[in-house]
Amino acid sequence: MTPEFLIGNITLFVLAIFLGFELITKVPATLHTPLMSGANAISGISIIGALIGANVAYESGDTAISGILAFVAVVLAMINVVGGFMVTNRMLNMIAGKKRRGA
Amino acid sequence: MEDWVAIGYLLSAALFIFGLKKLGHPRTAPFGNQLGALGMLVAVLTTIFSMQLAGDAQWVLIGAGIALGSLIGYIMAVRVQMTGMPELVALFNGFGGAASALVALSEIQKYIDGGTVPEGLELTVTMVAAGLSALVGWMTLTGSLLAMYKLKGGVSVFGKWIKTPTWGPSWLNPVKVMLVIAVAVLIYLSIDEPTNTTYLWSIIGISCLLGIVLVLPIGGADMPVVVSLLNSLSGIAAAFTGFIIGNSALIIAGSLVGASGLILTFIMCKAMNRTLPDVLFKSFGGSGEKESLTRTKVGSDADEVAMMIDGAQKVIIVPGYGMAVSQCQHQVKEFADLISEKFDTEVKYAIHPVAGRMPGHMNVLLAEANVPYEQLIEMDEINSEFPECDVAIVIGANDTTNPAARSGEGPLAGMPIIDADAARTVVIIKRSLSVGYAGVDNDLFYMDKTMMLFGDGKAMMTGLNNAIKEI
Repeated sequence: MTPEFLIGNITLFVLAIFLGFELITKVPATLHTPLMSGANAISGISIIGALIGANVAYESGDTAISGILAFVAVVLAMINVVGGFMVTNRMLNMIAGKKRRGA
Repeated sequence: MEDWVAIGYLLSAALFIFGLKKLGHPRTAPFGNQLGALGMLVAVLTTIFSMQLAGDAQWVLIGAGIALGSLIGYIMAVRVQMTGMPELVALFNGFGGAASALVALSEIQKYIDGGTVPEGLELTVTMVAAGLSALVGWMTLTGSLLAMYKLKGGVSVFGKWIKTPTWGPSWLNPVKVMLVIAVAVLIYLSIDEPTNTTYLWSIIGISCLLGIVLVLPIGGADMPVVVSLLNSLSGIAAAFTGFIIGNSALIIAGSLVGASGLILTFIMCKAMNRTLPDVLFKSFGGSGEKESLTRTKVGSDADEVAMMIDGAQKVIIVPGYGMAVSQCQHQVKEFADLISEKFDTEVKYAIHPVAGRMPGHMNVLLAEANVPYEQLIEMDEINSEFPECDVAIVIGANDTTNPAARSGEGPLAGMPIIDADAARTVVIIKRSLSVGYAGVDNDLFYMDKTMMLFGDGKAMMTGLNNAIKEI
C-alpha cells in the first residue's frame, strides 16, 4: 500500500461523508423508517469484501479459518442486502404505494 | 484493480447516491429503493466477474453463501408482519455490522495464516482499520439485537415472557468512555504485535459489551433514534473494512450510509424534540423523575361512548403507541366502517409524526388494516379540523396529545402535539391514568369533556364495536 493509495482512499472517505450529509435534507416523518431501512440495505456493501474473502478453496474439514469467517460474512451480508431491499419495498408499497392521495 | 472493475464500482456508487436521494421524497421513494438494489447488483456482479476473469474463482463457499443468505433474507422479508417491521430493520442492521467486522477479522486471519503480515504504513492502516471496524461492527450487532428485543418489549424463554430491562445508572457513562479508550489502547498495542490475536479478540469482546451498555439505558420509545444511529455506525464499519481490503466501493457506500444515517438520526431526534446526547446519555422518563398522580378520573363504559358517537358528524381517531401494542388496528378499521355506515359519520385519522415505535408506524399499521390512505391526515393538516370535530378518539396516545407541551415548560416543552383537546368530546382508550414516556401528567385526561375507557386497546375497541352494533 503506497501512501498515495491511502491518501486516495481517505479522500474518497471524506468526500463521501460530506456528500452523505448533503444528500438527506428534509424527509417527511412517514419516510424515516423506509429511508433507514434502505440505507441499511446499502450498508450491506460489505458483501463485496466478504465475497473476495470467501474466494478460497473449500476442502472438507480443512478450509482456511479466514475462508470460513468470510463465508459467514457472505451469508449475513446477503441477508442484510436481500432482506433489506425487499422489506423497504414492502413498506413503501404500504405507505406511499397504490393508494396515494391524488395520484 | 483493473479499470473496468473500478468503473463498475463507480457506477454502483452513483446508483447508491441517486437511490438515497430519491428515498427521501414520497413520490420517488420506491424508485430510489430500486436504484439502490440495482447498485448493489452491479457491485456484486462486478466482483464476481472480476474473480472469474482472473481465473482463480472458487465457487463453493461463495455460491453457498449467496444462496443461503438470499434465501434467509427473502423468507424473513416476505414472512414478517407489518407490525414487526421495526424489529426486522434492527436485526438486518446488526447482520450488516457483523458482516463488515467479520470481513476485517477474516482478512487479519488470512495474513496470520499465510505468514504475509504487512509492514510499515500498510500494517498501521490495516490494524487501525481492523480495530475500528471491529469496534463499530460488533457494537452494532449486539446493540441492534438488544434494540430489537426492546422494540418487541421482551423475549419469551421457555414460555415465560421476560421484559427487556432498561437500566442505566449515571456511573455507566464514564464506563462507556473507558471501554472506548480501552479499545483505542488495544488497537495501538496490536500494531506492535500484529500476530497476537489476543488483542483483536479483546477488542471484539469489549465492543460487544459496549453495544449492550450503550442501548441498555435507553427506553423503548427512543429505540427508533437508536436503530437509526446504529444504522449509521454499520455504514462506518463497512467503510473501515474498505480501507483494509483497499476497496473503493466499500469506502464510498459505507461512508455515504454513515453520514446520511447520522443526518436522519438528527432529523428523527428533532421530530421528537430531543437531542442526540439526551437520548444516549440521559436515562429520560426513568422512574425517578415521574410526577406522582394525585388526581383521579372516573372511567366510562362502551355503551356511554357509543351513545356519544351516535349522531356525531365528524370523528377523528388519534392512534398511538397503545394501538401498536394491542394490535387493534383491525378493530379500529371495523369501528370506522361501522359508524360511517350506521351514523353516516365522517372519519379521519390524525397521525402524529412520532406516534408509535417508529416514524410512520401508524401509517404502516393502518395500511395493513386497509384503511384508505386519504383518511390518514398528518398532524399539521388535521389540527385545524379539531374545533369542528364532534368526537376525538385517542387510542393509546399520551405524550403526543398532552397540552402541557404548549406551556413551554417541562420535558415536553415545544413538542408539536395533536390538538385533540379542541374537539367537543374526547374519548381516551388507555389502560390507566399513568404518565406517558416523558413522565408528564396529561391534563387532557381530567377535562370535563373527556371520557376515559380504561383497558387494553383491542378489548375496548371490540366492546365499543359491539355497543355500536346494538344501538
